[in-house]
Amino acid sequence: MKTYNNKAWWLVLPVFVLVAFSAIIPMMTVVNYSVQDIFDPSTRYFVGTEWYREILADPRLHDSLVRQFIYSFCVLAIEVPLGIIVALSMPRRGLGVPFSLILLSLPLLVPWNVVGTIWQIIGREDIGLYGWTLNSLGLDYNYASNPRDAWITVLVMDVWHWTSLVALLCYSGLRSIPDVYYQAARIDRASHWAVFRFIQLPKLKNVLLIAVMLRFMDSFMIYTEPFVLTGGGPGTATTFLSQTLTQMALGQFDLGRAAAFSLIYFLIILLVTWVFYTAMTHNDDKG
Amino acid sequence: MSLQLDNVTLSVRGETYISDASLTLEPGSFNVLLGHTLAGKTTLMRLMAGLDRPDHGRVYLDGRDVTHLPVRQRNVSMVYQQFINYPTLTVFDNIASPLKQARVARQEITRRVEETAAMLGIQHLLGRYPQELSGGQQQRTAMARALVKDAELVLFDEPLVNLDYKLREALRVEMRKLFESRNTIAVYATTEPAEALALGGTTTLLHQGRIVQSGPSDEVYRHPRNREAATLFGEPPINLMPMTIQGGECRIADQRQALPEIWRSLSEGDYQVGIRPHHWSLRPLSEAALRLPAVVRVAEISGSETFLHLAHDRIDLVAHLIGIHEFGVDQALDVQVPFRQLFVFEPGGDLVLSPPSSRSTSPGVRGDL
Repeated sequence: MKTYNNKAWWLVLPVFVLVAFSAIIPMMTVVNYSVQDIFDPSTRYFVGTEWYREILADPRLHDSLVRQFIYSFCVLAIEVPLGIIVALSMPRRGLGVPFSLILLSLPLLVPWNVVGTIWQIIGREDIGLYGWTLNSLGLDYNYASNPRDAWITVLVMDVWHWTSLVALLCYSGLRSIPDVYYQAARIDRASHWAVFRFIQLPKLKNVLLIAVMLRFMDSFMIYTEPFVLTGGGPGTATTFLSQTLTQMALGQFDLGRAAAFSLIYFLIILLVTWVFYTAMTHNDDKG
Repeated sequence: MSLQLDNVTLSVRGETYISDASLTLEPGSFNVLLGHTLAGKTTLMRLMAGLDRPDHGRVYLDGRDVTHLPVRQRNVSMVYQQFINYPTLTVFDNIASPLKQARVARQEITRRVEETAAMLGIQHLLGRYPQELSGGQQQRTAMARALVKDAELVLFDEPLVNLDYKLREALRVEMRKLFESRNTIAVYATTEPAEALALGGTTTLLHQGRIVQSGPSDEVYRHPRNREAATLFGEPPINLMPMTIQGGECRIADQRQALPEIWRSLSEGDYQVGIRPHHWSLRPLSEAALRLPAVVRVAEISGSETFLHLAHDRIDLVAHLIGIHEFGVDQALDVQVPFRQLFVFEPGGDLVLSPPSSRSTSPGVRGDL
């Protein structure tokens, strides 16, 4: 005779509570806002999908969405190859290893808003190293007035801040490749490119997946750096999605619209991440 | 194509890996490097391949000095203990990779890959990826990659260690067949004496970076140059006991015996005798034999064999018996071995007398180890 008891449910209860408070309840609150028009706590109207329809038709959002995608694409296109190159050129043994590891970790320890402030100063044409150098080279650089310059500065800032992360991840991946693979490649007379293409890259696949997803999600949600640097300007050149959202929610206190927006925002990130993940793991069984 | 190592020495950060190794490998020969882990087998192979350069000494290929010729410019292939294949390439492309590097014509590649794959029995797996294969199939793929390019020197670094017992037996038999008709120098590193004997060819005994002895495998097994060689080439290692010849008598451990016929030519003095574990017998022998009372410490039964660990006085002995024998711990018994099967060494370790080969059974047989 078997005896059953349901005590095990008590053991998973903490997880339920934690997930409820950290994810489900806040999320449902947002869903709640997104389908209502709220004037004050007692005056609220159910509006259905009206906010969603408005959001999806808002040209301001289209612009910042496009800007956001271009920005994330640039971040990935620069940081991933650059990170791999840095990782490949790092020393494999000796004193250089701890030295380069510490050097690479330094930018990661700097908080976002400090990064923004640092570049705000570095980029100034009168006293900043970067801005002054560019201007004295005859380039007309001013991130505060020129949209292109502002845009590039935000991008360079992110590359400076986060390439290390990709490099460190790749470096750990490279270190896990046994030496015999390189030996075998030398015996096969494989070229450096072939070693990279057929040994290193396949072995880096898993860490690259993590690097790409982290960098995509982070860059897609970028807020602090452009906000500190230019406040989203000049004009709307560096106003990315999260800043548009903040303006809408806190600046205009347009809660319903902002709620609908954040849900769409969330779904976009989820979708793109899922596409990345599926694309990079779909032929995992092959190698 | 012959390979010659001439007083090759390699040390890394003050630690000697290979000291003063001289060795000649003949074309078309199958050479086994036998030694414990860290004996320097892999290092010696790396030196042969040109992956490392010796500190001193020279390496000659067919009389040509190739000491400083990098591996990329030699025609070498190697199979490792780990199964090393390109993970994103199919079995076909893996096997073809050395040929593609050498810019062989496409039709020729297809022909040779299929031929080599057939030889190793993996022709039905050519479209698969390494991860979809079993360990044995992965290693066959790695072997095919090594064999396909007709290298002058093929190195096997304990290739069968990570495979299960049955597969090892099967692949070992195939290995010899694969090299029978080739003019390649094959070098095969192993820690197992039985494997060295089963593969035949020549055996080079390595210990702590030194070459202890080199020669035809059964020759080295039957006539080890010294105590060290005898100990290395045998699993469990040979039993050693002190022996003294004095006044027409000999004393082995604490056993006094009349001097046997075959030891008449030895001068008086101290010696050491070596007894291969499988030469011990529990039954009384009709010929002149050493008879030793001993106490059972442990009896290890493995399949159809029994390894009997004994103590005589303070000397530990091992007897390798065919069949399953039950013993109690501390059981007293007599073990015996014919005098003609004893090795005699000088106190310094050099061999004085080895068992006459005509009367001993062929050591190529596994059960004889």
